[in-house]
Amino acid sequence: MIQLEKVTKTYNGHSLPVHALRDVDLQIREGEFVAVMGPSGSGKSTMLTVLGAMNPPSQGCVVVDQIDVYGLDVERQADFRHEYIGFVFQQLQLLPYLTAQENVLLCLAIARLPRTEKLTRAREALARVGLQGKEDRLPYQLSGGEQGRVAIARAIANRPPLLLADEPTGNLDQATGEQVLALLRELNGEGQTVIMVTHDSQAAGYAGRTIQILDGQIVE
Amino acid sequence: MRLYDVIFRNLRRRMGRKLLLVAGLAIGVATVVALMAITATMQADVANKLDEYGANILIVPKANDLSLSYGGVTVASAAYDVGELTVADLDRIQTIENARNISVVAPKLLGALPIGGHTVLVAGVRFAEEFHLKQWWDTAGEEPDAADEAVVGVRLAHALRLSPGDQVEINGRVFRVSGVLAENGSQDDDILFIDLAAAQQVMNKPGSVSLVEVAALCAECPVEDMVKQIGGVLPQARVTALRQAVTLRMETVGQLSRFALAVSAVVVVIGGLVVLTTMLSAVAERRQEIGLFRALGFRKRHVMHVILGEAVLVSLGGGVLGWLLGMGAAVALAPRLANVVTPVIWSPVLALGAVGGALLVGLLASLYPAASAARLDPTTALRSL
Repeated sequence: MIQLEKVTKTYNGHSLPVHALRDVDLQIREGEFVAVMGPSGSGKSTMLTVLGAMNPPSQGCVVVDQIDVYGLDVERQADFRHEYIGFVFQQLQLLPYLTAQENVLLCLAIARLPRTEKLTRAREALARVGLQGKEDRLPYQLSGGEQGRVAIARAIANRPPLLLADEPTGNLDQATGEQVLALLRELNGEGQTVIMVTHDSQAAGYAGRTIQILDGQIVE
Repeated sequence: MRLYDVIFRNLRRRMGRKLLLVAGLAIGVATVVALMAITATMQADVANKLDEYGANILIVPKANDLSLSYGGVTVASAAYDVGELTVADLDRIQTIENARNISVVAPKLLGALPIGGHTVLVAGVRFAEEFHLKQWWDTAGEEPDAADEAVVGVRLAHALRLSPGDQVEINGRVFRVSGVLAENGSQDDDILFIDLAAAQQVMNKPGSVSLVEVAALCAECPVEDMVKQIGGVLPQARVTALRQAVTLRMETVGQLSRFALAVSAVVVVIGGLVVLTTMLSAVAERRQEIGLFRALGFRKRHVMHVILGEAVLVSLGGGVLGWLLGMGAAVALAPRLANVVTPVIWSPVLALGAVGGALLVGLLASLYPAASAARLDPTTALRSL
């Protein structure tokens, strides 16, 4: 269970403060696939970073599984991200000097797991996104869709309860974008909670629930 | 994959730049190592050669203001002798505080005596001490081992037509010439050397000594201190430090090692700055990557480990390589630049110092870049968010 309680996020702009989120209340249940939609500048990306324990709100609190995320100290917030959150970034953020498998292993680098267990999890995650046999390829040796799937594999390898995706289809052509969305829906079908930010209503169609956000406020 | 895999993979990717940094550090370390090794070798070389430089302290009776012909000492006529030194004074020299630094005490009794129609400068010496003091002495014939044996300087031998085995009579006492000194260009070429006790007898000056030459083996202590100490136990004597090649050489080496320290300090500062700027730009370049690490749940500590781990590897590489280069340079250059014959000393302290120093400088200079990397916010670093 994820809960945003009266979350306000204000950035100190050059002249005027910018209210990215205002008094947002939101509840997301375990196993949901939620799309957060809105035009650029609406605050949807801010919402994702606030949910992802990366961006403390100016007011209000974020509670995940009864953990007050921003009540934790900074290092514990990092631990929280490690244990609870899988991120799929818009720019994917695959490290170009690591193979697909090493990119997936990166999120396990700090996990207290035996080497073989890390390897098993990475291979499982890559197999789950349909990339078995391509573990040793470098990102540039993979297609855009495959790179997107490596990014998803990295996000799920540590088996986090919550998957956060920021415009996961933003840089993909329509066909590969649909593959990625279908994959997210499949994962959700297996019980994975997914929160996806998008400005594309077609992408939002893959989600079970859509939240519209405008000027930092949830409008429906 | 563990943290050090991340470090290695990144090092491998930016191999060229990291090698440049290693090379930069190595050149710095090599400069310091070479300077240290060469100056240490020069110091050892001077200490090894101290014996060869002969006496560095001269003791003569006070108030004897005549010019002297041996070591600047002329045999003084009795009228001017205020008080000669005695054999008993020799033992008192050994009582000074720095007595353990005294290598040789070589007393001499000088006198102008008639031999075969010539007036000859005769020096009574203790042969064992004299030969120890004057290691350059080269004798044709044998070194004397009896009280009635003599050694002749080469020019005097020519003048008197003496050769080893001949006999000379001095004031009624007969001495056998056991050896002739090879020419060495000093006043020794004109002197007849006999045993000190025999000289005291033939000159009728029992127990008396004209001057004492002292060789002090003191690589660290200033010879002036020993001069003062000897002056303290021999108030009737004038004690002078001879400003000799060895003293000058010691001073040169001392100046050089101070210079080496100053250069090393500069090199260390420059090395630190090079590491600092390189690591700062590396961190700036990896902002997104570090932000990703943070977003994936790396703690600040983990990010510090990644950056500092890289610094450790680069510094170790630079330290080891620099030590090898520096020692190689010292071995190659010490004989040519510093004119030393002592082999370069492979000091484990210097090796540890070089590698440890490089590591310390590398780590310290990387602390700030690592800390600023760890402070990177996952959201500001990830531009896409």
